[in-house]
Amino acid sequence: MIETLIFLIFAALALASALVVVLHRNPIYSTMSLVVTLISLAVLFVLLGAPFIAALQVLIYTGAIVVLFLFVVMLLNVGREEIGEQRGLVQKGAAVVGAAAFLVIVGLTYLEGYGGAEMAPLDEEFVSLPGLAAELFGRYLLTFELVGLLLLVAVIAATVLAARPRPAVPAEGGALAEAAAVEPATEADERGAGVVTERPDGEDRLVASGGSAGGAG
Amino acid sequence: MVPVAWYLLLAALLFAIGTVGALTRRNGITIFLSIELMLNSVNLTLVAYSRLLDDRTGQLVVFFVLAVAAAEAAVGLALFIAVYRHRRTIDLDRVNLLRW
Repeated sequence: MIETLIFLIFAALALASALVVVLHRNPIYSTMSLVVTLISLAVLFVLLGAPFIAALQVLIYTGAIVVLFLFVVMLLNVGREEIGEQRGLVQKGAAVVGAAAFLVIVGLTYLEGYGGAEMAPLDEEFVSLPGLAAELFGRYLLTFELVGLLLLVAVIAATVLAARPRPAVPAEGGALAEAAAVEPATEADERGAGVVTERPDGEDRLVASGGSAGGAG
Repeated sequence: MVPVAWYLLLAALLFAIGTVGALTRRNGITIFLSIELMLNSVNLTLVAYSRLLDDRTGQLVVFFVLAVAAAEAAVGLALFIAVYRHRRTIDLDRVNLLRW
């Protein structure tokens, strides 16, 4: 059975890389193995008859969100040294016990409820993209528009949050430069304005990074 | 044909792994990655149910979850940048000003 084989391979891959995401000490490795998890899940989405969702998963999650993560990890330069001593054994044990309890309860429920449930064979109508689009732009049009609004708000919030508050001196320099631009000035004036508006390099880089973090979202 | 319970169990396993990660790690980025993992396992559950019930609503919800996850990642990472600028760390045990 080829479908079972594909499921088993990618389920194992997803689980293994999810463990790496959680257990690895270096955030860059964690981020990269999240990519493996996401692509494995995209394969499973295809198996479940949702090719559009699978494509979105690859495009949006691994193409935009994970790249944003990688970008921030490298920008902040949080390597191994950020991870000092481990958390207490009690906290770790409590987390593992809680997750195991969740797993047992939910797993038993699933096996009880759907243990023998057989899925109907995939039909053309279920997989078709036009049907999905008709529903998205029909019944869920308002939600769709609201999601667009949410993304706009998120972009603005990210830009505002990540932008460094502008110090007073460059603002004054900006006014000077504006005045110089309004009336034709002598060469010496222009050079002076240019010097005042110059900012330290590091600041510019951080401001620019804030802008791209918002843009990618 | 793979039984739908396998997909649901896989999603529950991924969710449990993500929970453990979010609760035990101290690096803000890794905690955030664990939360993304949990979001994705829920997506898998939704798609599996959509297949089982032969109803596309589950897929549409996944679409919205993706968009919200993108917004969340943008804002969250911007917050990390702002925190890092003030505290020089994103170790969440040391960002504890509002913690009792």
